[in-house]
Amino acid sequence: MARVVVDVMLKPEILDPQGKAVLGALPRLGFGGVVDVRQGKRFELEFEGDITEERLAEVRKAAETLLSNPVIEDYTVRVEQA
Amino acid sequence: MKIGVVTFPGSLDDVDARRAVRIAGAEAIALWHGDHDLRGVEAVVLPGGFSYGDYLRCGAIARFAPVMREVVDAAVGGMPVLGICNGFQILCETHLLPGALIRNDHCKFVCRDQRLRIESTSTAWTSAYAAGAEVTIPLKNGEGGYVADEATLDRLEGDGLVVARYVETNPNGSLHDIAGIANERGNVVGLMPHPEHAVEALCGPGTDGLAFFASVVSSWAAAESLASS
Repeated sequence: MARVVVDVMLKPEILDPQGKAVLGALPRLGFGGVVDVRQGKRFELEFEGDITEERLAEVRKAAETLLSNPVIEDYTVRVEQA
Repeated sequence: MKIGVVTFPGSLDDVDARRAVRIAGAEAIALWHGDHDLRGVEAVVLPGGFSYGDYLRCGAIARFAPVMREVVDAAVGGMPVLGICNGFQILCETHLLPGALIRNDHCKFVCRDQRLRIESTSTAWTSAYAAGAEVTIPLKNGEGGYVADEATLDRLEGDGLVVARYVETNPNGSLHDIAGIANERGNVVGLMPHPEHAVEALCGPGTDGLAFFASVVSSWAAAESLASS
């Protein structure tokens, strides 16, 4: 089994109300020093066999059509070794 | 006139939308997300709700429902399409409309009778309003904050594609107080408030929403009588 991880984050210029709420909660719980929080999504895609370039290209296509909305989000794709 | 209302798994306001269509004088046709079939309708409403549980992003999975291929083709061909709330989110996810809708800036679900100004009457869905009319229509959303990049906002404003704007208060952090937008042709409109909940005096804040549906019915009737004369 091999794993490909897709991380999706709101673009820097897009307001992240959830991240802001987490940022507000941290000091209330005594976690100091945090100056900003952005919240994103992580997808773990499991594959049988090796990750080929073709497979990675398909994952990138999935990332930009379904897993992220390119209007408001950026994504990164990486292979995670077991 | 036949107006189709699509039901997705998790749609909530499809029945109200069909009722609004009937009150406006058209025949309401129930369309199913899983069918590649628009059943001969002349306009389509994508109703509010939580299609596919809002999983992933609101509208992200509904965008790939079988019926959406036909809806997108028809919209590109000029058929009037109105997306309300979740329907607006679906239209943005399909890229029939620019921008996107994100979580309300205050992170809370909002449900209120909202004042709006109708900014454009040159769309298929707003032609029956007086320009600049202020109306009250229910609004209920958790992810209704309209965002787009500066160039897109400039284009929307410059080309008169902002259809409705929040007045008195901005309930969800939408940029430029945008409550609804249209495509260049004016046949595709996305709207965060719910006009289908304001079509009868008995329920809701009044009948201010009815003109959205009456607009498309009367422009269709006008086109039909022109075609037959």
